[in-house]
Order: sequence, then structure tokens, then C-alpha cells
Amino acid sequence: MNGRILSVVGGMFLLTVCSKGDQGNAAAAPAAPPAPAAPATSDPSADGGTITGKIKFTGTAAKNPTIDMSEEAACKAKYPSPPTEEVVVAGAANALANVFVYVSAGLPANAKYQAPSTAVVLDQNGCRYHPHVLGIMVGQNLEIKNSDPLLHNIKAIAKKNRGFNVSQPNAGMTRDVTFSAPEVMVNLECNVHGWMHAYAGVRPDPFFAVSGADGSFSIKGLPPGTYTVEAWHERFGTQTATVTIAGTESKTANFTFAAH
Amino acid sequence: MALVATQDTSAGKQVYTKWCAGCHGDNGAGDGPAARHMIPPPRDFTGAVYQIRSTANGQLPTDADLLRSIDEGLPGTAMPGWKNRLSDRQRRDVLAYIKTFSTFFADTTQRPQVLEFGKEPGGGTGAEALRVGRQFYDSIGCRKCHGDQGRGDGPSAPTLKDDAGHPIFAANLHENWRFNGGPTTTDIYHRLRTGLDGTPMPSFSDLIDQKFLTETELWRLAEYVRSLSPGEPPVVRDVIHAPLVTRVLPRAPDDSAWNAVDTYWFPLVGQVIHKNRWFAPAVTGVWVKAVHTRDSIALRVTWDDRSASPDSAWLGHLGRVLATVQSDDSTREQPALWPDQMVVEFPVTIPTGMERPYFLMGSSSGPVYQWRWTSASRSAAVAGLARGIERFDSLPRGGVGARAVYDHGQWRVVFTRALASLDTASQLPFRSGRAIPVAFFALDGSNGEHGTRMAVSTWYFLALDEPVPARVFISPVLAMLLTLGLGMLVVWRAQQKTSYRRQQ
Repeated sequence: MNGRILSVVGGMFLLTVCSKGDQGNAAAAPAAPPAPAAPATSDPSADGGTITGKIKFTGTAAKNPTIDMSEEAACKAKYPSPPTEEVVVAGAANALANVFVYVSAGLPANAKYQAPSTAVVLDQNGCRYHPHVLGIMVGQNLEIKNSDPLLHNIKAIAKKNRGFNVSQPNAGMTRDVTFSAPEVMVNLECNVHGWMHAYAGVRPDPFFAVSGADGSFSIKGLPPGTYTVEAWHERFGTQTATVTIAGTESKTANFTFAAH
Repeated sequence: MALVATQDTSAGKQVYTKWCAGCHGDNGAGDGPAARHMIPPPRDFTGAVYQIRSTANGQLPTDADLLRSIDEGLPGTAMPGWKNRLSDRQRRDVLAYIKTFSTFFADTTQRPQVLEFGKEPGGGTGAEALRVGRQFYDSIGCRKCHGDQGRGDGPSAPTLKDDAGHPIFAANLHENWRFNGGPTTTDIYHRLRTGLDGTPMPSFSDLIDQKFLTETELWRLAEYVRSLSPGEPPVVRDVIHAPLVTRVLPRAPDDSAWNAVDTYWFPLVGQVIHKNRWFAPAVTGVWVKAVHTRDSIALRVTWDDRSASPDSAWLGHLGRVLATVQSDDSTREQPALWPDQMVVEFPVTIPTGMERPYFLMGSSSGPVYQWRWTSASRSAAVAGLARGIERFDSLPRGGVGARAVYDHGQWRVVFTRALASLDTASQLPFRSGRAIPVAFFALDGSNGEHGTRMAVSTWYFLALDEPVPARVFISPVLAMLLTLGLGMLVVWRAQQKTSYRRQQ
């Protein structure tokens, strides 16, 4: 009996160790001396390499649904004409905004990056999220605020992080949350207003960006290395590219999605 | 040692495999063989997201929280309580095993902390307290999902999904006996504080922490929500008594004459006998009143329904229902704008013995007499004979009237008919003094209910009460007076004799 219990406990202990190991943190195993601390690169080195690019799509994207805000006069009043959802936000010449671009592989295994002390702000304004897509580091504050004088609930649906679902019925309410594990993407939504969706890319490093209205992005401060760069779009899926950085150079990685 | 013993997950696995895996799946992913018939679907344990907790929003539940759900079940869902089916040891073992499905429970950085809920302040049932509660019900937006009158019919209700994208109803706050986390004011307050993780219901704790609301005010809201349900859950009484009324028959659903009439509640369950079976009915009960005059009967059926179908606002919900629930023949239906329906069923003749026709729409050899109403033609009902669930033949000169009101998530429909029947072979003549079998069937079109997908009751009874003759009331009084008089006479005589003896 005792032997069986011990083996179960031992097994659970091993499981714990293994799952910690997956996250590249050997310090969780008390039997082994802690791995030497990685150089504390709290900020990407200013003189590192840069990956820039433009994102566009081919074909014709479905029209974004128009939002019916008739239930929420305070939100409706913020728009001269009925706004649309932001599933596909296109700029000139099929430039694609709101693409989350990040380094998915290639960084040193033991590299650790300090989360910046500045918060990423997610504003609920006019019954839409601003920004619609954001990147954030593990441990970095996400400040969720409500600029609308009405009820929003903000719900995070996650797999590797704990989700949450809190209400903000008053303008001026704020909520700080942090994420504990990398996850691309954490879905954020409001259930009172079914059209409100936002996406957060949670990364253990600062090498990510969100494409702007002109489809351009820029990831700075990369150490020399060969990287897999992934681009994620909520409708069009993901694409990857391999980029090698030798010094302080700037490399280009353009992505083209096929509209569907 | 005791602590370690409770962590014996191999014993827990045996219990799990036998009792839980059928719904929750061998790997705890909420995908057992029965899962595809259910709304809400069984819990997926791999995400460790639990509705009923004492911990802050987003946190893991405590063992006590999980044990409570195992012990008591989750009212309003398919999850039964296991307190009387499994031993203490078995329930603790299975609890330990369930936790192994998610790595979150093994993660030592996850430390769930029980919230400080405090105690319910006094004075919660007075009119002023309920007024305060109602004020916050409106101001913090409860009505957005739960509706103006709390029946789960708010403007956002048709769009609601759980974390996995399955359809989910905002709770009907008039049915506290179906609240997942328990019926009491304290239960409601705890849900307001913690939220129901995995569902659209958020936590409202930040309102207190950021001083937009006091704890007392949030308690008032919980008290208001509690006040929407009856003091006690409805009890089934088998016989609907229809008193004789001397004034005109109340044909309108909101005729004030109905206020004086007793209400009877009957539970409905999914139709799970004929294919396609239906395990996710939206209508869970009907409230019935009946009266009759010398020549006619009126029967009022009231039921809560979040949608006045057909309503295109609910098409998204309907699509999610059809995508979530597997049909028996594995075909997937396209959403359509089906109406709501109510069927009141009687035998063709009042049975003389115990034997009644088959409750579920009769059979080919034993038809039943039905009144059928649909929201497509609100102010009409069709009388006819059902010969099994697939066959209904309407009768000419059915003579059944109907008037309907849809009001904030509730249908109220009055059926009327003459007591006598021109065609006694197929249309039941109503007689007083006899127990007339009656059954009810409800369909919510916006929930994908049509054909065999419906909520059903079993047979109950309708009795047309005779007026009680005046002598029934007067005779006992006369008898009492007579007894009193005789008794006093006896006492008087006895006293006379006693005083006579004393004098001697």
C-alpha cells in the first residue's frame, strides 16, 4: 500500500518537474543545482538586428459585418455612421492590418527577458476594443479600462493561461491582469456585445509586433541568429518565414495571405 | 497518512470510469458518448475551468468547491448529485482523479484563495431593500442578458456562448431551483462575486473593490434576484381543479378573473422515446389554471420561453444548438424559423377505469384528442386526433378558441371550448365530477424544437368542480349547534341533580 502511494506521489512529482522543464526552466528541480542565470536582457539590445515587412492579402475579403448598436445609444452616438466589425482591416493595395507577427523559434533556449513595467492598455470605447489585436509579454500588465458608461464584461478564453471574466458596468473602471504563460492567441470578448472581440498574443520575449494600417511591422533588437517568424491573422490563419540575422542589419519578411 | 490516502487516484479512476466517463469522456475532455446530446455539455476537465467556486474569478476551485458540485450536482443540468450514490471515500477519490486531467492543479504557482464573502446584512426582504436591488439590476446591466423581468430574454441573450462556443441560456431568474450553484440568496451573492467561469456570467467583485458598489448593495441585488422565484420550488399537484364561475368565461390571458384561480405547475422533460430524441428542451414546466361556466371551459397555460419564435435574432443560437446536439440519424438540419408550440392533450373519452391512452401522442389504435396552438397563428388553435407522434389529423368544427400574450419571456395562452361536444366519437365532452386525464407538450422553435424535438409531460388530471350546494355549509353548523344544545342540556340536568343532592 505504502509503495503504491509513494509511486503515485513520485509520479506526480516527476510530472511536475517535466512540465516545468518544458518551459525551459530547469530551476524547478530541487535535486539539481539551478541552471546558471541567463544574462538579464531586460530590453532588446538597441543595436540588434531588425525584421521589417509588409503584410497584404490576395483575393477579395468578405465585407466586415455592420454592427447594430441600437441597444446601446451611448456607443452608437460615437459614430457618424454604423461601424463595422474588424475581422479584416485592409489598407491601400490590400495591405493587412491587425496581424500579430512574432518570433516563434530561434531564440537561445535559456534566454530570459524582463517584462517592461509599462502596461499595455486595452480600452473599451464605443463598444469596440482598442486595439483590436495586441502583443504583451508574460508578466506584463494588461490594463483593461472601460470608457463607455455601460456594462461590458471582459472575458479571456485561454488554454495555457487562466481565463477570466469580469464586469465593468461603469465608465472609468479598470482592471489589471497578467498572463503567466506564452499563448498565441488569448481571445478576449464581451458577451453583452457579441461583436466585440480582441486578441492578445502573449510572448516570453519582446520580439513581436502588430501590423499597422499600411500592413507594415517592425521587430527590433534581435541578437544574431536564425529565426522562425510567424504571422497570425484572425481570419486568414498563420504563415511562417525563416529569417537569419547576422548583426545590426535589417532584414525583410513580407507575408501574403490568401483571402477566404 | 489520511491526507495521502485521499490522493489515491487509481481508485478514483475506477469510480470515474464507471460513473463519470459516459458523459465526461475517458480523458476528461467532456466528450463522452452522451455528451453530444446535452446542452449545456458536460464539463471539460482538461481546462480546469469551473463555474461553481468560492474563489476569485479565473482561479482554480478549492477541493470543497469541487466536492460540493459532485455531492449536490448542478441543478438545471444533466449532472446529478452523487452524495447518496457514492461513498465519501469514492467521492474524494474521484475528485482527486478529476484534478489529474489538468496541469493547472499540479502547478504550485496556482494558489486559489477563498473570497471573503461576509454575511448577508439584515432587512433584505423589505420593499425598500428590493427596490435598491432592482435599481442595481438595471444600472449594472443584468437585464442585458437576463431581461427586464429576469426570464433570460435580454437583448444579448440570443448571442450567448460558453467558452467552447456552445449555446448557453442566460438563467431564468424565476426558477431558482434550476440555478447551477444553488437557490439561496447566499448562493446568488457568491455567484455575483465569483462569476460563473467558462460562461458569459462575469464576476462583479471589482465593483466593490473599486467602490462603485457596497457589499450591502450587492447583497440587495442578490435578494432582489431571489425574490423573483417562489419561496419554495413548485410542487406537483396531480389534479387541476377548474372551479365553476358564474360570470363570463375569461378568454383573455390577462383577464383579472384569473387572479382568483389556483395555479398548478407541471414539469416537462425532453422527449427521449421516439427518434429524433431531444435531451435539451427549453421549456421546463407549465403553469396551468382552469375555470368553467355552465357550458364552456377555459384553460390557461403559462410558460417561460426566452423567445417569441419565430425571431430571426435567435437564428445564431439555433444554429449553435443544431451544431452542438447530435441528431439520432446523424444528419444536420439547417436552422429555420420554427414557431413556438403548445399542445394540450386529453383522451377521446373520459376513461372509466385506470386505463388511459399512451401519453406520448397516443397510438394508431388508441388516438388522443389534442388542442394545438402555434405562435405562427397566435389567436387560433386546432383540435384534432393524434395517432402516434408522427400523425395528427385535425378535426372539422374543432370549436377550440385560443388567445395568446407574449410578455417579457413568457407565453400565456387561453384555450376555450364548449363543454358539450357535437362529435362525441372524437371530441371529448367535458363533464364535471370526473377526473379527466390531461397532458402538455411544449416546443420552442428558436431552440430548434419541431417535430419530435419537444418537451413532454406525463398524464395529469383536470376536474371540473361542481358548485358546492349551500346545505353543505349549513348542515355542519346546524349539527354543531344541535350538539352544543344537547350537551348544555345534559350539563344543566346534571347540575340540577348535584345541587338537589347537596341540599339534601
